[in-house]
Formats: sequence, C-alpha cells, structure tokens
Amino acid sequence: MIEFLSALDQILSIGHLTYLITGVLVGLVVGIIPGLGGIAGMSLLLPFLYGMEPSVGLGMLMGLVAVIPTGDTFTSVLMGIPGSSSSQATVMDGFPLAKKGQAARALSAAFLSSMIGGVVGAIVLSVFILVARPVVLAFSSAELFMLTLLGLSVVAALSGGNLYKGLAACGFGLLVGTIGGAPATGEFRFTLDIDYLYDGIPLVIVGLGIFALPEIVSLLVKDTAIASSKNKLGHGLGQGFKDVFANLPLVGKSSVFGSLIGAIPGLGGSVVDWMTYSFALNSSKDTSQFGKGEIRGVIAPESANNACASGSMIPTILFGVPGSGSAAVFLGGMLLLGIQPGVSMISTHLDLTYTIIWSLAMANILGAIFCICFTRPISLLTYIKFSVLTPIILTLILFAAYQATRSLGDFILLGVVASLGIMMKGANWPRPAFLIGFVLSSGAENYFFQSIQFYGTSWFARPGVIIIAALIVIGFVLPPILKKRKQAKLAEASDAEKAVAPTDHKPSMSYADLAIIALFAICGGYALFDVWDMAKLTRSFPMIAIAIVLFSVVMVIFKSVREKHQMVAAGLTPNLVYIAGFFGIAYGYYLFGFICTTFVFSLVFLRLIAKASYLKSSTIAVCLVIFLVTLGRIMHVDYPEGLFDEYLLDAIRLIV
Amino acid sequence: MKKLSTLLGASILSFSCLVAAPIQAEETQVPSTINWTVPFGVGGGTDVWARFIAPHLTKNLEGNPTVVIKNQPGGGSITGTNLFYKRAKDNGQDILGTSASTLFPFMLGDKRVRYNFDKWVPLMASPTGGVVYVQPNLGVSSAADINKLNGVTLPFGSQGPTRLELPVLIAFQMLGLDVKPVFGMKSRGAGRLAFERGEAKIDFQTSSAYLNSVVDLVNNDKAVPLFSLGVLNKEGKVVRDPAFPELPTFQEVYFQKFGKEPSGEAYDAYSKFLAAGFAFQKVIFIPADTPSDVIAAYRKGIHAMLKDPTFIKESAVQVGPYTNIEGIDAAQHLSNALTISPDLYKWVAQWLKTKFDYTL
Repeated sequence: MIEFLSALDQILSIGHLTYLITGVLVGLVVGIIPGLGGIAGMSLLLPFLYGMEPSVGLGMLMGLVAVIPTGDTFTSVLMGIPGSSSSQATVMDGFPLAKKGQAARALSAAFLSSMIGGVVGAIVLSVFILVARPVVLAFSSAELFMLTLLGLSVVAALSGGNLYKGLAACGFGLLVGTIGGAPATGEFRFTLDIDYLYDGIPLVIVGLGIFALPEIVSLLVKDTAIASSKNKLGHGLGQGFKDVFANLPLVGKSSVFGSLIGAIPGLGGSVVDWMTYSFALNSSKDTSQFGKGEIRGVIAPESANNACASGSMIPTILFGVPGSGSAAVFLGGMLLLGIQPGVSMISTHLDLTYTIIWSLAMANILGAIFCICFTRPISLLTYIKFSVLTPIILTLILFAAYQATRSLGDFILLGVVASLGIMMKGANWPRPAFLIGFVLSSGAENYFFQSIQFYGTSWFARPGVIIIAALIVIGFVLPPILKKRKQAKLAEASDAEKAVAPTDHKPSMSYADLAIIALFAICGGYALFDVWDMAKLTRSFPMIAIAIVLFSVVMVIFKSVREKHQMVAAGLTPNLVYIAGFFGIAYGYYLFGFICTTFVFSLVFLRLIAKASYLKSSTIAVCLVIFLVTLGRIMHVDYPEGLFDEYLLDAIRLIV
Repeated sequence: MKKLSTLLGASILSFSCLVAAPIQAEETQVPSTINWTVPFGVGGGTDVWARFIAPHLTKNLEGNPTVVIKNQPGGGSITGTNLFYKRAKDNGQDILGTSASTLFPFMLGDKRVRYNFDKWVPLMASPTGGVVYVQPNLGVSSAADINKLNGVTLPFGSQGPTRLELPVLIAFQMLGLDVKPVFGMKSRGAGRLAFERGEAKIDFQTSSAYLNSVVDLVNNDKAVPLFSLGVLNKEGKVVRDPAFPELPTFQEVYFQKFGKEPSGEAYDAYSKFLAAGFAFQKVIFIPADTPSDVIAAYRKGIHAMLKDPTFIKESAVQVGPYTNIEGIDAAQHLSNALTISPDLYKWVAQWLKTKFDYTL
C-alpha cells in the first residue's frame, strides 16, 4: 500500500511528468502515423533512455506504449486505414460514421472509451498483478487453443446473413495464415520458393489491403469528400461523449474483457477488438446499423484495445514474456534500463511496478485529452474532396506497408490482398472473417499441436478448456442462432401480410462472387496438392483449413443454385483499373525512390486528376517530402531508395 | 498545360542541380556515423545487446562516432543479413550484429542464405553459456542422479529442430535421455513458461535468462539444475562455466554416466553447433574490404572498451560474466566452427530427418 501511494507521489513530480508527457506525445505521433507503432517510437526515445533513472524511464516508455491504441484511432475513423492491428475493428463502424459526417462524434466517443478502457485496465492491473502469477500459469497450451477458438467463433456473428460465405472467408484466412514455417516441424509450406513468403504474410499488409485500399479506391471512383452529408460536425463532440455515457456497461465489460485477454501471453491483442466488436453486436437489440455506422461498434473495440495494452503488461512484467508487439518493445526498454522482469517486480521492485501502473493510467488520460483537443480540426479533413487527399493517403499506406518487411514484396502483396478486398467488398463477403482467420491461424495450429503433444487426448477434459468451451457456446454461438430464430418467428407473423407483396429482394450473384469462389477453390486445390506429401504435423492444419474452404465454397454454390437469384454486374471494373494503377505507382515508388516518387506523383496527380491549383499541388507535394524526410531523420525509418532518392537525400543533407 | 510543363521543368532543373552537388570524401578513419545493422526486431536479445554496447562503442572509438542501430528483422535474421551482405558499404560506416540464428542456417545450408562469412571480419564476439534443468518431482537432485531419468519421457518446449536448441537436443540424445521436444515455442521464454506450468519436464536457458528467471525457481525448489554447457577456453577446450562453477559440464555428466569421453559424429556436430550458437552467440562483423586502418581503429576502440571498468561492470549484468573475444582470436575460432565437412553435414541432415522428420 505504501508503495502504491509513494509511486503516485513520484509520478506527480514535475520531472517524471515531463518525461511521461514526452512519451505520450511520441506515442500519439507514432500511433497516428499508420504502420509505425511502438517500435518506431522506441527508436526515438532510446537514446534518452539509456542511463536514465529507471522509474522515470519506465514512465516515459509507458506513456509511449499506452497511448498508441488511442492515437491510431484517427486514421481508422477518418481514412479507413487501421492505424495498427488493435484498431481494425474500429474501422468497421468508425469509417462509415465519418462518411456520414459524424467523424467528430466517432472520434470523441472512441477517445473517451479509450481513456476509460485504459484506466479500467490500470485498475485491473494493479489488483490482478499481485495474484496473477498462478492464474497466468493456469493457461496452458490447451486453454490457449480454446481461446483461439473463442476468437474464431466471432466469425459467426460477423458473417452477416451468410454463414457459409463467412466460413469460407475465415477458412481462407486460416489457410493464408499457414504460409511460412510450420510451427510443429519448422518445415516451410506454400512458399513458392519466394523468399518473401518464408516468414509468412505480415498482418499490417493484410489489414491495409483488405480494409484500407478497397475503401480508398471506392471513394476515388465516387470522387466526393469522405463525409457525404454535412453539418453534423457541430454537435459531434458532445454527442460522442453522450454515446459513451449511454453505453457505460458495454465500455466496462469490454475494458475488463480486454485487460484479461491482454494478460494471457500468447494470444496478443490483435483479436480482442473483434471479440468485443462482435460482443457489442450480439448484445444489441438493433443490429441493422452495424457496419454502417453504429457508435457501439466503435466504443467496444476502443475500450478493449487500451485495456488490452494495460493487461499485456502482466505477462511482460511478471514473466518477461511479452503479450503483444508493443509489450515486446516495453520489455526491451526495461532490459535496457537494467530492470529484469520476473517475480522480483512484485517482491523487491513493487514500487517500480506501481510506477508503471500509475503512469499507464495517467498516460491514458493525458493521451485521450490531447486527442480530443485535436478532434475538431482533424475531422475537417473529411470534408476535403477525396482526390486531393489521395496522394497523402496513398503515400501513408505505402509507407505503412513498407515498414512490414522493407521489401518490394510488401507493395506487391498489398496490391494482391487489396484486389481480394475489393472483390469481397463488392460482393459483400465478410472481410473481418478473413482477417480473423488469418490472425488466429498460427496460434490455433501451434497451440493445438502443443496441447496434443503435452497432454495427449486428455487435454479437452481440463477444467479451463471446458469453461472456455462453455463461454464460446453461451457468448458467441447461441446469440446469433437465438436471434435468427426470433427473427424467423417475427417474419412468420408478418409473412401473412407480406405474402401478397412481390419480393423484389432476390438474392443476387455477381461476377465478383464467382471470382472469389473460383479463387478460393483454386487456392484450396493447389494448397491440397502442395501439402499432400509433407510430414503429418506439417500438413494436418492446412488440410483442416482447406476442408473448411472447400466445404463452404460448395455450400455457397449449392445455396445459390437452389435459391433463385439474379446475376448482376459487379460494377468493379473501375476499381480494378485503379488497382492496376496502384501496382504501377507502387512499383514506381520502389524503382525511382520513395521520396522522389511521392513528390512527382503528388504533383501530377493533384494537378491533373484532382484538378487542384498549382500552389496547392506543389505545397502538398513539398509538405509530404518534408514529412517523410523528417520522419526518416528523426526515427531512422527506411524508405526504398530506388534510383534517385540517394541523391535527393544527400542534397537535402547539404542544405539542412 | 504550358504552366504545368514549366512547373515540371523547373522542378526537374532544381532537382538535377541538387543531384549534381558533389558528396565525396575519402575516409580513412571511422566515419562520424556508424550504421549498425541488427537483423532482429527491437527489444529482442540481439537488439538489447547491441543497444547496450552502442554507447560504449561511441565512447571508446576514435572521434566518438554516433552509432545508429538499424533493425531489419525477418526470416530469423536471414533477411537482414542478406541485405547487409548485398548493400553494406566498405568504408567502415556499416557493421552487423549477428546471433546464433544467423550462423545456424548458414551451417545447415538454408537455401535462403545469400551471405558468406568470407567477406566479413569479426570484430568482437560475446559468448554465452546455458544450463539444463528439470522438474523437482522426478526424484533427481543433481546430475549425479541422472540414471533416475532413464526411461522417463521428458517433454521439452523448443522453438524448432534447427534453432538454438539444436546442440542441446543432440546432447540429450547422447545422454540417452528420452526427451520429447514440443516445437513451436515463440521464444526460449515461452519454453520456460511451459516448464513453469509443469507441461515441460526439462528445459534449458542461456546464462542471462537462467540467472534472471530460473535461479528464483531453483531457490524455491521449483527446478533442479542438471548441467551447464560449459564454455570454450582459449585453447578451444570446454571448461566449467564461470557463471555456474558448481555445475558439471555436459562432458562431465557424459563421463560419469558412460565412463568414457564423448566422441563420434554426434559429438562433433554438438561441438560445432555449440561453438557457433554459444561461444559466438553474438558477433560484430565488418566487411573485409574496409580499409585496414579503419578496421584497426575499430579494433583499438573495441579493445579499449573491453578494458573499460564501467563496461566490464555493466556487461556482467547485461550479458553474463564472460570474456568477450576480440579480433584475430574470434576470426580463427569462428571459421573453425563454421566449417562443416560433407560427412558431418550428411550426419546432421540424417539426424534431423529420422529424429524430427525435418528435411534440410
């Protein structure tokens, strides 16, 4: 208790607070710029970190790590670009809200929920950390496998009306996730002998390709501002706060859930946003607005992801095993400060642990306040004609993608995933299902084999496994079924009246549907052929994924044959043209150099396609270059140098 | 349109003026900025090691250059190392920090490896040791009781058959232990967690991880140390680890159990991978074509650093109580460790295939 209060006293000192705020500001900046995340922030703070007083250094680091899931909300809501993996679910409803002209409302609600989530997380952390050790140890590979199943069962809720499409997408995600080394044997699968694929596909690329690029392309095709209806902005901020207070139970539940999931090492924070999103979906009476701009769909994941960042400190501090990417960064910082994680953090260094927790709470509050201050001016971006924003957004996306592995492969893969994303968006296939399958693939496979190897077949009789299984059924499988039944009853009741009215709502099929079906089937078939001869432990899991894909594809076809449907044009031709253009431009960025191409492309695009004035075009182009060069200088970020960048950078170095 | 072309023309003109500006300077000493490529992510073992050393390098090198750590993760360090091999400048501004997972794929002939150690010179190597320990409920209180483990199946959380655990897995087999590796652990830390949960019955950690996380377990009777991997002395012989002088080495335990010194192909393979993975756990390389006076300046700086009392003190905490190997010594031992005869390679490939169904 003394430690608890003395730690509070310490973080309120001016010195500590200054460093904490520095950390928060850096965290917000790297959070806002997509693709950067904790690692880039660390490289900025590290030079100061070495030799720092541990408690002050930890405060600064905590400030950095805690607010990343707050800052990344900006691009998720305003541009549909998931700033990091923990805010992918925010895009689902945050971006539609921005399109409705309610960006400020979505943002303020998100920031307030982030703040509450972070503080709840810190409270949970301060109590839980004293008793967490046995609890964390109780989660063996078997329980972890069940947790991945819990994550996968979310697909049922997110599939919209069409479960088989959801299953197929999820199975395909699982299959794509098995590219690279097999965890149980170390053998490589589906690498096509391309070096890039040996490591598996980076999550950043999948997130950007499946969500961000398709949105951008369809906005470009429409060529309006992001916000298509005006005037709501005035009441946005206050409305957002009201929304949060009206949904406090949801915020509370999501926060507690988020911090607990974060506390379990091995699962990571990448699905917690989807889990709480579907939780919000299942617990809402009216689900019709989800995916079209439902504020609950923003509140739930945003409360959870900050809480999860808090929770993930538990395994980091107690076991030295980071629960998420940014926790890994925090761990590295701890080691550099000369602090060893472990039991000593709650025995001899309890004061440091409480410093961490207080800093966490403080950082969340400060971060949210800073963000709320910027919400109004930044939301105005959504009223600018979209084509003017395009070069900026495209540069940001390419920048983010390139941070994944820093190779040309990042760009190519981004284009490929984006093509799939555009087709799925056009034909109304659930994209989150694909993403969730992808994210959970390696965990599911790994923990499944590990639990079988450690426990034989007795693993599913473990109490933890049974409890989680019950949770899956009660929380995620039953609600959609019950809901459907209720709807069916309602429909029956109203059927009598409607029977006379002609149904103009025929299910439709488009060429995009056919293309997706063909793609899934061909990939499934090829994958089956490829793994057939491999070792049993290498091929088992991909074969399960293939079975899911092929079965669901057959069911989708069967259903469409049986039901009457009309063929409609996909209307995706212009989108695909843009994607072809994307490949060309991305290659240009790589070939000629990232910074040079940014300059030339923005200039030409803004002048010729967006029809902006010369002054505007060149100002934006120059600003982008300054932004990139500064970023490169301060954070040691790398860009593809290409043919010309080296000269350009040398020249700039001469001047500045 | 005319306006546009004027604009474009102007920008191209100004651009080419910038390009034409000469940027050359013959460097014969350590450049003012050193880019240290670390082919691993931020916060990993090698990264922390490099970031610990970087300020000491700055302090001890002539002209106190800025050392910038460039993380280039991917392919378990293969990606970043390949890039370094292809792109590193040989004027002394580029150095590389490697780990066991950079050397092993090279030794195993991984087809993604495009680098070759002929083109680089090691400047310094930080060795580490390791300790094998078991659950206390097996009735074993030290390596003297190793026969009690005969016939007991011992699950072992491992990252993969070709990872850092490779020599340890060979050691287990030579000792006749029935170790059942469970692969797919994300890190050695995850393996330790499996041990703490009681899932794994045997585990192994490198020195610093053992000192930080396992000693507590041992003191609370939650783990029993069996043996250490030992360290190589100047003559290349294995001796007891200075960090764990009370623990016997693998060789001693083998002698105790079988009454003879270990030998044969398995032992050769063990020794090679042990040297590469532990004696040369972390190495700083510089391209061999770097001017010799620059390399000499580096060597001088590193020599001064290793003698610096603050470095020695902090290094004992961060890396373990080991003597870092410098320059020529490092080059000699390293090339010994990395050369694998075709016969030995065949043995390793065969062993991986029959034991783990892993195809090299």
